[in-house]
Amino acid sequence: MNTPPVSLTRSPFDIQAVRGDFPTLARPLPNGATLAYLDNGATAQKPLLVIDKLREIYETCTANAHRGIHQLGDRVTVELEAAREKIRYFLNAADVAEIVFTSGATMSINLVAHAWGRKFLKPGDEILLNEMEHHANLVPWQQTARATGAKLRFIPLTADGRLDALHFDRLITKRTKLLAVTAMSNVLGTINPIRELASRAKSVGAVILVDGAQSVPHLPTDVRDPAIDFLAFSGHKLYGPTGIGVLYGRRELLEAMDPFLCGGNMINEVQLETSTWGELPAKFEAGTIPITEAIGLGAAIDYVQSIGFEAIHTQELKLLDRALRLLPQQSGVTVYGPTIEHRGSIVSFTVEKVHPHDLADLLDQKGVAVRAGHHCTMPLHDWLDVAATARASFAFYNTEAEVDTLIDAIHYARHKFRLE
Amino acid sequence: MNADLYDDYILDHYERPYHKGRMASPTCTRSENNPLCGDQIRLELRLDESGRVAEAFFSGKGCAISQAAASILCQYVEGKTLDELRGFQAPEMLRLLKVPLTATRQRCGLLGFKVLKTLMYELDQAPTPAQPQPTDTSKLVVATSD
Repeated sequence: MNTPPVSLTRSPFDIQAVRGDFPTLARPLPNGATLAYLDNGATAQKPLLVIDKLREIYETCTANAHRGIHQLGDRVTVELEAAREKIRYFLNAADVAEIVFTSGATMSINLVAHAWGRKFLKPGDEILLNEMEHHANLVPWQQTARATGAKLRFIPLTADGRLDALHFDRLITKRTKLLAVTAMSNVLGTINPIRELASRAKSVGAVILVDGAQSVPHLPTDVRDPAIDFLAFSGHKLYGPTGIGVLYGRRELLEAMDPFLCGGNMINEVQLETSTWGELPAKFEAGTIPITEAIGLGAAIDYVQSIGFEAIHTQELKLLDRALRLLPQQSGVTVYGPTIEHRGSIVSFTVEKVHPHDLADLLDQKGVAVRAGHHCTMPLHDWLDVAATARASFAFYNTEAEVDTLIDAIHYARHKFRLE
Repeated sequence: MNADLYDDYILDHYERPYHKGRMASPTCTRSENNPLCGDQIRLELRLDESGRVAEAFFSGKGCAISQAAASILCQYVEGKTLDELRGFQAPEMLRLLKVPLTATRQRCGLLGFKVLKTLMYELDQAPTPAQPQPTDTSKLVVATSD
């Protein structure tokens, strides 16, 4: 049984109405240009529902949660736990105790790398990663490997930037204790085969951690189908506030782990020399967590569910299709990553003779916001053999006209560089 | 926002840079990168007996701003004494570029300058490089970070 805690209903997908929910989208830029916000992979714009919720909480029930007997404290605690329940429902987790609030996907992964990795990994154990991972799902494991003597192994990529399944048999073995993998690459857009990986991990007794930072805002997530052990994601890419993220962990695993951060809220009983830990999820929520932001994330999830993943997918697929058709037709443009059926709404590309930073600067002059650089994936850029790329990442509120604006702006950049 | 950021002055330096490459025997050399964007600049100076910069070369990769700025920097420092370079400050470097840069792009525009300043600092820290040496000082390599 998994009943929704709230139900916001809205009419069929209406792009103009949806855009009207996001105040930033209609606001002219300082240079007078019209914004085409194509940097959703970095962070997403916030709908009024979220902005209003933050304001409401600060105005009506600023208090600490799980502490005050007073009315404000009681109300904010109820709001916070309601948000947790929304997230449980959204992920189809079995138990609300499995939803741990963190500061973001990075902290969620670090939490597992410390509290699970350092406790349970031994010399000779293998941590299986791959070259497309974001630094946040690579560097914590390097440190854990160093601390425990475990070895890092890497699944090779195919030429089009997918995990090479030919190597799964060789790499996923009894020695594999953890498989950490992104559900969707933040550069190539590659959607990884989590179902197959989860089943292979299970067959060798390995734990699977999924980095959902990019996938959770764009694809339905169900932590029980396929069953995974850990899921990390950030609120701010899901149209929610910054500073809040989630770690889903299977109860049995979270219970076996020791705390990551220690302090108030996470204890059961403290004596001068020793302490016992609180119940889940408090055990992993030391100190005052970003309460308002967590409640704001609950509102963001209400919003996303009111749009629905079917409508989100349909709209984003249109944008992706247009970008993947038009970009490679422009002179000097190289697009990286797989074909549309293996890809989420991210397109990274380069323009010959125009460095991505210069390109991003010139696109910005036309109001087009993209990210340029290595996108926290230096090993992947080594693999691509480019120092940097430009990245357009779409959300459901983007339009096909904005894809065309991107194309026009690329021509403007080439023109400024005296290439056309 | 400045539509003229990529004006002919910057693009000319980017496309036909001054002294881009390596010199045979630099007095000192230093390279640095910007970990945020991956831009790299290597700067090489040859000092004459009086402690003046006889030649400056740069090499590297990165955006038009960082590469053009390094080219402009090389042109500027040649003929300057180390004392003059000690007094050379970031606002003046930005003025040399002739285009206003946003805070983010100033990091690009100042990458070569930062390498120069680090190099100067290390020259000053090195045992006695500032005083004319009877032996050949042209081989003194202060430090490299690559």
